[in-house]
Amino acid sequence: MLSQELLKINNLSTSFQIDEEYYAAVDDVSLTVRENEVLAIVGESGSGKSATAFSIMGLHNRGKIEGEMLFQGQDLAKLSTSEMNKIRGKDMSMIFQDPLTALNPLMEIGVQIGEVLLLHNKNMSKTERRNYAIELLGRVGIPRPERVVDQFPHELSGGMRQRVIIAIAIANQPKLLIADEPTTALDVTIQAQILDLIQELKDDLNSGVILITHDLGVVAEMADRVAVMYAGQIVEESDVESVFVNPQHPYTRSLLSSIPATDYAQDRLHVIQGIVPSLKHLPRTGCRFKGRIPWIDDDAHEDHPVLHEVSEGHFVRCTCYQHFYFPDENKEDQANGVTEG
Amino acid sequence: MALLKVDDLKIHFPIHGGILNRKIDEVKAVDGVSFEVREGETYGLVGESGSGKTTTGKAVMGLNNITDGDIYFEDSHLNAKKGKKVDVRNDIQMIFQDPYSSLNPRKRVIDIVAEPIRNYEKLSKDEEKKRVQELLERVGISSDSIMKYPHEFSGGQRQRIGVARAIALNPKLIIADEPVSALDVSVQAQVLNFLQDIQKEMDLTLFFIAHDLGVIKHMCDRIGIMYQGRLVEEGLTEEIFNNPQHIYTKRLVAAIPDVDPRNREKHREFRAQIKEEYQQSFYDYFNEEGLAFNLKQITDTHKVALPERG
Repeated sequence: MLSQELLKINNLSTSFQIDEEYYAAVDDVSLTVRENEVLAIVGESGSGKSATAFSIMGLHNRGKIEGEMLFQGQDLAKLSTSEMNKIRGKDMSMIFQDPLTALNPLMEIGVQIGEVLLLHNKNMSKTERRNYAIELLGRVGIPRPERVVDQFPHELSGGMRQRVIIAIAIANQPKLLIADEPTTALDVTIQAQILDLIQELKDDLNSGVILITHDLGVVAEMADRVAVMYAGQIVEESDVESVFVNPQHPYTRSLLSSIPATDYAQDRLHVIQGIVPSLKHLPRTGCRFKGRIPWIDDDAHEDHPVLHEVSEGHFVRCTCYQHFYFPDENKEDQANGVTEG
Repeated sequence: MALLKVDDLKIHFPIHGGILNRKIDEVKAVDGVSFEVREGETYGLVGESGSGKTTTGKAVMGLNNITDGDIYFEDSHLNAKKGKKVDVRNDIQMIFQDPYSSLNPRKRVIDIVAEPIRNYEKLSKDEEKKRVQELLERVGISSDSIMKYPHEFSGGQRQRIGVARAIALNPKLIIADEPVSALDVSVQAQVLNFLQDIQKEMDLTLFFIAHDLGVIKHMCDRIGIMYQGRLVEEGLTEEIFNNPQHIYTKRLVAAIPDVDPRNREKHREFRAQIKEEYQQSFYDYFNEEGLAFNLKQITDTHKVALPERG
């Protein structure tokens, strides 16, 4: 049985103004996050994955946000700042990408954790906050937390700082945790520890996690469901196994074949032609990936691409996936290999 | 034949303090590293941040003061104190990590790429322009763009401009310090393919410094693993990945995420098992100061830092 829906995003569009006109960085995105589930949003820089997260957290101050974001039945898009502040940092919180800049360099670790506690629990005393901060630091695996609590961020290593950020994010036991590239700045062994930690916390608190990353290895290790974003749209969404074992959309397939595989040596990596179009020059009609797979017939694309359910719970945008092949491969073989929905 | 030979390299940085600002301690960034890079191969130096891999690369380029040890390039002693200093800077070039900060934003592409040429050769304006255009075409950038500024290019293109600058003097050795870690996966693929092409075309030797083991495995013939300023293991790529001997190497290899979600549980258990082994046997592999032992030959190509035993 499926667990309860925690966050349901319906047709979210986030637009930014460039020269008098609005351009959608997040274009008609619908997503669902359930309790005790990790949803990974994957894409290259400029695909709109962080913009989606910032929209959920209400952190865009200039963008125009349309659509619904139902968090435990409440529409986040309609909340005022003060109402939002009651939820932010309490019921949902965010782990930021860069542990160097997300912490205040002039505040002790304990005080920074205490701040978020005080904000949502006015009658907690200073000693209580400090003790709870120590408990939290211990929980995220920081050795000697009673010392670290009085230290400043610059005294800690990158991995330790990222743990402090996680401690702040989980201070009020959030139902929804948004992790924006939580391990990009870290070394592999520390990355493994942080990912294990997020997994553990999710199980303990029964929370939902949105994991934003461009690292497909991290997705394969962590996610239950995956949404692949390209140029502001979701191009493929499915459970993690289908995305990796049976990817359908040309973009997903191209991405997967461009990473150096760790289990066998290949000679050449696949290169996706062209670049991600900028917000202003993005074609707003037709398949957005069309320009990067020019060897595919124009007829293969839809005029107004929509998400098709190719198998249960597996969605793919546009019809071009049925005709896609890699240019250096045999067209016949590829066409036969594709499972038709 | 060894093109580059690093012998017992030590680089210590002093820490100053006290009232008189005297040297009170030192950081041993590189502490006795020896390896060879052979002609035509790609040698990878892997390690986490702080392991000393970049410091080693910079020392070869002559960008760091060497505390002790020797560096030989072909037959010349690069850090000889006595006698004539040999200038091999046109034979060794470097590609930097971040294509956004390693190109001067106020300079045009022509000035960026021509800078090494201006230092070593005297060419007329026209000859120089022609040379830069050839170089740009070689790295797959339109020769019309010589008057553009770096911000007009994408990340992958910028990294290729960096490569054009590096190959301008026909070097024999290129040191690539994390050349793709700042790039998106698809762009990363482009740059890696391109580096392989240019290596074949120009008969280059590549000295590759990175922390991403997937990239290293894809690119390198031989690998050295660094930990806390010392090499803990060195060998052919297959040996390091299929038969790691040192506990630190094992841990690094286990930390690579598996791209097949079906192996998730298995991989997690394996990682936990290695972690336990790491904690239990740490002192079997490192001395009291937490430093790795000297490398010992276990096969013709494979060396591991194991303790001296009776």
